[in-house]
Parts: sequence; structure tokens; C-alpha cells
Amino acid sequence: MRKDNLKIDKFKLKSRLIVGTGKYKNFKETAEAVKASGADMVTVAVRRVNILDKKKPVLMDYLNPKKIIYLPNTAGCFNSVEALRTLRLAREIGGWKLVKLEVLADKKTLYPNMVETLKSTRTLVKEGFKVMVYCTDDPILAKKLEDIGASAIMPLGSPIGSGRGIKNKFNLSLIIKNSKVPVIVDAGIGTASDASIAMELGCDGVLVNTAIAKAKNPILMAHSMRNAVIAGRQSFLAGRIKIQEFASASSPKKGLI
Amino acid sequence: MAKIQLNGKKIKIHTNLTIKDLVKKYNLKENKIAIELNGVILPRHRFNKRKLKNNDKVEIVQFIGGG
Repeated sequence: MRKDNLKIDKFKLKSRLIVGTGKYKNFKETAEAVKASGADMVTVAVRRVNILDKKKPVLMDYLNPKKIIYLPNTAGCFNSVEALRTLRLAREIGGWKLVKLEVLADKKTLYPNMVETLKSTRTLVKEGFKVMVYCTDDPILAKKLEDIGASAIMPLGSPIGSGRGIKNKFNLSLIIKNSKVPVIVDAGIGTASDASIAMELGCDGVLVNTAIAKAKNPILMAHSMRNAVIAGRQSFLAGRIKIQEFASASSPKKGLI
Repeated sequence: MAKIQLNGKKIKIHTNLTIKDLVKKYNLKENKIAIELNGVILPRHRFNKRKLKNNDKVEIVQFIGGG
């Protein structure tokens, strides 16, 4: 098979699995899981330095940003002002322009606030950011995000960390059909088959955090997700058979004794 | 002495301390952090030029694990 890279803006990713780095026991486990996942890109959050503990380990000592693409996020931001502040600081740390915008609406569902998301996307694009946008699975809003310059559309499969999988396959397939920029399922993946389903639908990639970090064996689950994304992608490219109403024998009738 | 607010905590520092000194004092690596001074991002090349004043509000951030 020829190279089947995922291209987001100028970045070419060999792996279509992007992994989050939150919720792990420690940075050692994070680094091992990232390695096992085969991901070229990881999401990271921007937070205050702990000034009370000078010896606290630093993520960048475990995951080298020169070897893996850091995708700073705006997790925890509930309006455009907070999100923009966070990403401007993220850019200041390492010059990153490729970012993940995530403006939340509600603490219970962590659903995206699409009004603030659209507003933030416009500003970030104007400021030269390449924005991957966490959004609802509404095909009209997804298209709108593309129109205003989003570099990737990242609809939720179901709420963040819920592990409920892809709840609206139909909407997701409409988004995929209409989109000229990569579509990456962000949020909701619970297990490997969920990732395969997303890829079989034609998603360009999948972002997974909780399903790996909170698995009984995160390293093994990272392997599993890696395989599931590859399997789903290959299945999509191979083209599945049509669903039939009745059985169709696999063995020929000719020569039957 | 000067009183400043660092990452939401009130602290006392010696007068004439620069941002660069503050970064060093907390054992931080300049290339792994970003600093906001009184709500405005302070570029790295200005760390050694800007002396801290009374009532300055400093935010120092870094990357941590996140989804």
C-alpha cells in the first residue's frame, strides 16, 4: 500500500491516531503509552507551574517536542477570552501554531459551546494559528468551521471521557462527506472497536485519551488502539461489502456431494 | 522587598529582581515556560530586562498532560 499519511495543514502524520496525555498515573506511563500507540501527535494542556514544588517533573522531559508533535489544547476554557489567552501562551512556549481549540459549554456534559468556538476560531485564524476544532456533530456547524478556516474538524463521538463511542454515525458520515479538511473524532471513544468504527466511516483520524489512560493496562490498550485505527482505515480503503437481507453462501454449490 | 502575585499566590521578593531571576529562583527552564506579566505576554528576550515591581501579577505556565 502506498503511503497513507494524514495531512493536517503542513504536518504529515504517519499515524492516524492522536493521543491525549491526561489522566495517566505518571509521566513515565504517559510516555510508554504514547510510544505504544505509535502516535505522531499528542495533545497537551497549558497550566500554571507549581511554584511550591521545585522538583515536580515536567512533561517535556518525558515527551520530547522535537520528536513528537505537541498539540496544545484549551481544555477547561469556557469562553473565547480564556481559550485565546491559553493558546497565545502555548504559542509563546514553543512557537506552536497548530492548536486544538476546545471551548466548553457545560461542566456536566463538557459539550462544546459552538457560539464561542466559532468566535475563537475566527480570531485564531486571523492571528495565524492553524486550528483543529473540537465541535458538536452538527454537519452545518462543521462546514461553517471549515469555511472560516479551521485546519481540521473534530466532532465528538459522545461526551469527553464517557466511553460511549460514536452515538450518531449518520451525522458523522454527513460531516465526512461534506468536509475538505480532515475530520477527526475527538471524544467518546471507549474501546478499540469504537476507533475502528470511526475510521470505517471514513474519518481521517481519531483522538483518544481516557480510553487508553484509564484502561486496566494502558500500554496494551494503546497498542490495541493503534491496531484498531489501522484496521478501520484499511477496511475503509478496501471498501466493505453491501449489507444483504438474506444469506449468501460462501462455498460453491457445484461439486456438492 | 516588593510584594508580587505569582500564579495566584502573594509572595515577597527582593527589589531589583528581574523576571529571569525569578525563573531561576523557581528552578524553571526558560524554553519550557511562558510568562504573562500583568495580563500581557512577556517575550523571552525581555526576561532579563524587566525588573519586578510592587503589585506585579505574574503567571508562569507550562505544558502538562491533557486530552
